[in-house]
Amino acid sequence: MGAGHTHPLYVHEHSVVHHLPAHVKVVAVFTFTALVATAPREHLLAFAGATVALLIGLRVARVRLRFLLPRLAVVTPFLVGAVLLPFVASGPRTEVLGIPLAVEGLWGGFGIAARAILGASASLLLVATTEVPDLLRGLERLRAPRLLTQIAAFMVRYLEVIVGEVSRQRRAMTARGYDPRWLWQLRPLTAGLGVLFVRSYERGERVHAAMRARGFEGSMPVLLAERPAGARVWTVALALPAMMVVARIAAVLVHG
Amino acid sequence: MTDIAANEAGGAPALELSGLRFHYPDGTAALDGIKLSVAAGERVALVGPNGAGKTTLALHTNGLLRADAGTVRVAGITLDDTTLRDIRRRVGFVFQDAEDQLFMSSVREDVAFGPANHGLRGDELDARVDAALAALEVTHLADRAPHHLSGGEQRRVAIATVLAVRPDLLVLDEPTAGLDPASRRELITTLRGLDVAQLIVTHDLPMVLELCPRTVLVDAGRVVANGPSTELLADEALLAAHRLELPFGHAAR
Amino acid sequence: MHAPDGFLTAPTAIVTGVLSAGAMAASIRASRPELDDDRIPLAGVTAAFVFAAQMVNFPVAAGTTGHLMGGALAAVLLGPSLGLLVVAVVVIVQAIGFADGGLTALGYNVFNMAVVTALGGWAVFRGLRRFLPATATGVTLAAFVASVASVVLSAMAFSLQWLFGASAAVPFDTVFTAMVGVHTLIGIGEGLVTAGVVAAVLAVRPDLVRGADGIDRAAGPAKLPRARFVLAAVAASLVVAIGVAQFAVDDPDGLERVAEDTGFIASAEEHALGSSVFADYATAGVENETVSLAIAGAVGTLVTLAVGTGLLLLVRDRRRGGAAAHAPTA
Repeated sequence: MGAGHTHPLYVHEHSVVHHLPAHVKVVAVFTFTALVATAPREHLLAFAGATVALLIGLRVARVRLRFLLPRLAVVTPFLVGAVLLPFVASGPRTEVLGIPLAVEGLWGGFGIAARAILGASASLLLVATTEVPDLLRGLERLRAPRLLTQIAAFMVRYLEVIVGEVSRQRRAMTARGYDPRWLWQLRPLTAGLGVLFVRSYERGERVHAAMRARGFEGSMPVLLAERPAGARVWTVALALPAMMVVARIAAVLVHG
Repeated sequence: MTDIAANEAGGAPALELSGLRFHYPDGTAALDGIKLSVAAGERVALVGPNGAGKTTLALHTNGLLRADAGTVRVAGITLDDTTLRDIRRRVGFVFQDAEDQLFMSSVREDVAFGPANHGLRGDELDARVDAALAALEVTHLADRAPHHLSGGEQRRVAIATVLAVRPDLLVLDEPTAGLDPASRRELITTLRGLDVAQLIVTHDLPMVLELCPRTVLVDAGRVVANGPSTELLADEALLAAHRLELPFGHAAR
Repeated sequence: MHAPDGFLTAPTAIVTGVLSAGAMAASIRASRPELDDDRIPLAGVTAAFVFAAQMVNFPVAAGTTGHLMGGALAAVLLGPSLGLLVVAVVVIVQAIGFADGGLTALGYNVFNMAVVTALGGWAVFRGLRRFLPATATGVTLAAFVASVASVVLSAMAFSLQWLFGASAAVPFDTVFTAMVGVHTLIGIGEGLVTAGVVAAVLAVRPDLVRGADGIDRAAGPAKLPRARFVLAAVAASLVVAIGVAQFAVDDPDGLERVAEDTGFIASAEEHALGSSVFADYATAGVENETVSLAIAGAVGTLVTLAVGTGLLLLVRDRRRGGAAAHAPTA
C-alpha cells in the first residue's frame, strides 16, 4: 500500500495559480487554447504571443520548463507527421537548405506542430497546478452533468487501485516465465484482464453496499459548500487568455 | 423492554437478533436460527471459523441482507421496509476492506457522506464532520485522498465515516486484519475509548480478550457458544472444535 | 489516437462536439432504469478498469506493442449506454486531468474514440448475434468482429472529419487509405483482446456480460481462436487493406465507373458545386476528386448507419427495459 504518492503531472507548489479555484482555471485555459487553435497559421505573431503568455504563466506557477518539456512527448506522433509534411505534400516547392519542400507542407506542418505544442503546454500548466479531484469539482461548478462528474470521481478514486492490481498481476505472470512478444501469446494477458474486470465489478458492488449502508438512496448529497470566486480571482486567471487576445489582434494588424 | 420510554432512556439493547434464518440464492444455508443480543454500550466479539456465517450475520444488522425468517431489532426498533433508513443510521458498519468504503476524493467528503445523506447541511454538517475526525484523531488527514493513506489510517477514517451519523451500534468486520502492530495497538485504544455499543467480527482473539467482555462463537450458521470471553477463550477444546486457537504465548486470564 | 488542439478546424470540433453531447445525453437518459442507483460506482470502477486496460502494453510482433481502445468491449460488457458513458468519461478525463488530447479537440476525440466505437461496435455486435449461435463461443466471436469493426469505423469517421475540417494539405484519399489500412491491423489486436476478455468474464460471471443475454450456458466456455486463425485473419486484413489501396491508386476510373453505376455520384459537372463545402486541403492534390467524394459518400453512409443503429438500439432497449421493469416478474 503506497502512502503519499501524488499524480505524476502535479507539481506541489504554493503559487498564485495553484490557489486559484479549479473552475476558473479550466475556463481560462480552455479559452486560451481555443484562441490558439483557431489562429490562422500564417499569423506568426499570434503563436509567438501565445508562447510568451505560456512562459509567463509557467513562471508565475513555479512550473519549470525542465518539468514541462519531457511531458510534451504525448504529442510526438503528430509532430513527426508535421515534420514529414513538407516532404510529402504536393503543390509549389521552395528550396530550404538545398532541399525542395512544399510550401503548403511547411505551413501545414508548422500549424499542426505549433497548435499541438501550445495546446498541450496549456493543458500541462492546468494539470500541474490543479489536482484531479479539484478539477472534477470545478467541472461540476461549471454545470457539467452530475452523473458524468460523479462517475469520473469514482474512476479517479479507484484508478490507482486497479492499476496497482494490473501491475501486481503482470509481476506474478512474469515471475512464472511469461514474456509475450507475439499476438498469439495474448491469451494469459486477456484472461488476466477478464479476471480483473470481474474483481473491479465486484468491488463496485461492495462500494455500492457501503454507500447504501451510509444512507445513499440514488442521488449524491451536496458535501462541500461552494464559495463564489471573486472578481480578483477571475482577473488573475483570465490574464492568460487576455494576453492571447492581444496577440491575436496584433497578428491581424501585422499579418493582415 | 422495547417500550418507548426504554428507548429514550437508552435502556433498549443496541442489537437483538432472534430466530434469524438466511440462505443464499443458490440454496446454501448461511444462517440457521441465530439468537444474539448486544446491550447498549456493550462490546461483543463474534468469532468462528471461515465460512461460519459471521460476515453474513453482520450484514443483517443494517439490512444489507434481509433474513428469510426471524427479526432484527436495533435500539428497540424492528427492521422492516419502513424503518430501513432509520436502522441504517443507527448501525455504523465498518467493512473489511477500507478501500471499498472510502470512495470519495477526500477524507472530509467521505466523513460528510453519511450525515449529508441523513439531511445535514452547511455549518451543522461541518461541525459533525469535525467532531468525528477529532474523535478518531484524524483531523490532520481531512484533505487527503483516501487511497493515499496507510492501512491503519484508512481503518480509523472508515470508523470516522460511520461515527459521524451517531450510531447506536458499531459493527466492525475484521478491523485489525492486515495492520502492523503499532496500528493495531492504536486501533484497539481507539475502540476502547469510543462510547458506543460494538459488535466486532474478528479472528484476533488477543484483541477479544482485551476489548470484549463477551464473546459469541458461531459455526455453520448457528450460535455455538455465548459467554464471558475469559471463559470461552480458555476452553481449548471448544476452540479447537471450531478451528480456533489462542496464539502462542497467550493465556485467557 | 488522442488528437491535439487545432488538428481539425473549429466548425468540425463544434459539430462533433454537439453530436457527442447528444449521444451522451441519450445514454444518460437510457441508463436510468437499468441499474437503479448503483450505476455510479459500477460505471466508475469500470471506467477505471478501461483506463487501466488502455495502459497495458499488448504484444503485437517482436517487441512492438499496441493498446486497447475499449469502446466495443465496454459496450459488450455494460451495454451501449453505460459503455458509451464509461469510455467517454475516460477520454474526457484523459484530456482534462492528464493532458492527453487537446481540450478543444474533445469534440472529435470523444466522437471517434467513444461514440463511434461503443455505438458502432454494439450495432455490429447485435447484428452478428442474430446469426451466430447463442453460446459463449458465439458471443465471443461476435465481440471479436464488433471490435475490429469499431476500430475501422473510428478510422473512417476520422477520415471523414478530415475531409470537412483538415488543417493541412494532405488529401482525403491519402488520409483515408492510411488510416483505414493501419486501423484494420490495429483492429485485429483490439478484436483479440476484446474477445479474450469477454470469454474470460463469461467463464466466471456470465451475468456481468450485458451482451450475453439469453445465451445457452450449458454449451460450455468459449472456444477461442487458435494461432492459425489469428495468422489467417492478419493475412486477410493485409490483403484487403493493400488491395483496396492498390485499386484506388491503379484504377481510379474503374472505381469511378462503379460509383456512377451504383448511383453514388452524378455527372462530373455537379461535383464542382459540392467541393466548395469541403476544406480545400482535403481535395487539394487529389487526382480524382470525384473518386474521393464517392468514397467519402460511401464511408459517411456506413459510419452514420453504424452509429445510428447503435443509438436506435440504445433508445429502444431502454423503452423495452422500462416496460419490462413494470411487468410482473416470472
